Amino acid sequence: MPQFANIAVSILFDGLAYAMFLFITSVGLSVTMGLMGFVNLAHGAFAMAGGYIVVTLTRSYGVGFVPSLVFAAVLVGAVSVVFERFLYRRLYKSTDLEQVLLTIGLAFMAIATATYLYGPIPKSVPLPDWLQGDVNLGFRYFPSYRAFLIVLGAVLVSVLWYAFERTNIGAKIRAAVDNRRMAESVGINVDRLFTLTFGVGSGLAALGGGLAIQLLGLSPSFAVLYLVLFLIVVAVGGLGSLKGTLLAALVLGIFDTGGKYLLADAGGFFVYAVTVVVLLIKPAGFYGRE
Amino acid sequence: MAASKTTGAPARERAANYLAKRHRFRLAEALPWLIAIAVFFIFPTRMTFGSQVLVMVMFALSLDLILGYAGIVTLGHAAFFGVGAYTVGLAAARLEWTEPISGLFAAAIAAGLVGFITGWFLLRYRGLTLLMLTLATAILLQETGNLRSDISGGYDGLPGLTFKPLLGMFDYDLYGHTYYLYVLAVLAVVFYLVRRIVYSPFGQALTGIRENVRRMHAIGSPVHRRLVTVYTIAAAIAGVAGALFTQTNAYVTLTVFDFDNSAKVMVMLILGGTGRLYGAFVGAAIYMVLEDYFSKLSPTFWQFGIGLMLVLAVLFAPRGILGVFERFGNYLSERKRS
Repeated sequence: MPQFANIAVSILFDGLAYAMFLFITSVGLSVTMGLMGFVNLAHGAFAMAGGYIVVTLTRSYGVGFVPSLVFAAVLVGAVSVVFERFLYRRLYKSTDLEQVLLTIGLAFMAIATATYLYGPIPKSVPLPDWLQGDVNLGFRYFPSYRAFLIVLGAVLVSVLWYAFERTNIGAKIRAAVDNRRMAESVGINVDRLFTLTFGVGSGLAALGGGLAIQLLGLSPSFAVLYLVLFLIVVAVGGLGSLKGTLLAALVLGIFDTGGKYLLADAGGFFVYAVTVVVLLIKPAGFYGRE
Repeated sequence: MAASKTTGAPARERAANYLAKRHRFRLAEALPWLIAIAVFFIFPTRMTFGSQVLVMVMFALSLDLILGYAGIVTLGHAAFFGVGAYTVGLAAARLEWTEPISGLFAAAIAAGLVGFITGWFLLRYRGLTLLMLTLATAILLQETGNLRSDISGGYDGLPGLTFKPLLGMFDYDLYGHTYYLYVLAVLAVVFYLVRRIVYSPFGQALTGIRENVRRMHAIGSPVHRRLVTVYTIAAAIAGVAGALFTQTNAYVTLTVFDFDNSAKVMVMLILGGTGRLYGAFVGAAIYMVLEDYFSKLSPTFWQFGIGLMLVLAVLFAPRGILGVFERFGNYLSERKRS
């Protein structure tokens, strides 16, 4: 295979894996922001919590990697509902600023707690044999873990797409994102719907956090460091749009990976440049409502 | 009766009187300045720290102008602080331009220019889009600096800068006494400017935009132009604060562009109280003193503390520490009257 094609395939493959991580972690944020217009800067903290739960379960209790991921997602999802009921709901009608401050305060507290419990050094996680090494796809070898991420991402995209487009609850969510007052007046309980999507979204973020350990490393600063990326995915994709979040995750994931492959020095430059260009042209993102 | 009150010459006169009355200096306003001068005599060995506090006061004041008065929520205010800091740093390290006061002007112009250009593009957006765009601006500047680390020094920064004596006379001493008075004097000038701005009709227009943009559009106020103007001014002031930061520390690194720096200044302002001029003084001073004490004790504990303070501030004191005092004062005067 020629050198050029080889690099292109690597970029596409790694970019796709990265995009899937971005999608899984950001999709909940997009839907909750679309529903309530709530700026949740603690979303990264939920992802980080998921990551640390996976680390604790696999390292200290010998639980397998995949069961730990599921457990982390469920636990964080359940705990996030408590936060939503007691803290977030008080600020739905407040300004952007107050929401930003409350949630960034929560993120700081989460980072400090994680530093206290786990220390500032990045953690790793023991993977099962079938996720280590490479997998042969006929024409080339690829790292198994990234292949796993892509498959898992594709499955989740399908499930979420089905839930969004084909079920009753999905229809209600779409209605509420489009026009909240109208949805309420036809009898949809948007409040409860929001709690539900908030819990599911935070659970998915925790799953993403668990998946990120191997991909990016997990340290307490994760909560703020990658939050910026999640928010960018949401803003570029358009609030409350599944399709938009997926497209934004793909574009940003592949651009970022490509940028880092081809011009290591420029680092994160590409993601932010793409973000600025997209938002200047389409302020509400790819599929957001103007 | 009610309608005739709001039209014609008397109304204009009352509006002018109102503005003039707000311009008048009140006695209590001398207090922060007296404290700042008292600190100079009481803590002669902590002057370097004192200068840093004053620099952050100025930085928070510039944010107050756009956040507190015009209602622009930004996550990238550190961009302008950083541009100012690097203007002075690069001028000293690469061009050997080490005269401090002309450096401040250069920093103000550079940061103001960046503020004008980015503001002109970004200020037509609101909400999450604006948050992301301001954040991305600061990170793009940081990445640009990192890309040309041959010029900027990258994350190692520009260490060991030296500056010419102030006005060609006052050299810098070990404890930073000169710096403290220098920063205090610059802060006084900047504060006077900011005070003039917020009590002017232009400042009133900004408050109007914060409270109700649609109505301001409806009465024909050039909203975008006003926002860009105030954004440029705030950027220039943040640039001066950044320049003073570089001059007092004698070094600068790319961390000045960090998201942490933008978040920190916002926390200070919120703690003190937004849209009330002296909130920046109270917030920055309290934050810096607490940070100095607690972060030596345990940085982790301190970070948890900031988080908790923010949550509590949003839930219980949305108008900051000064807001709490004001409410307490109102409560006392109510009781006295009844």
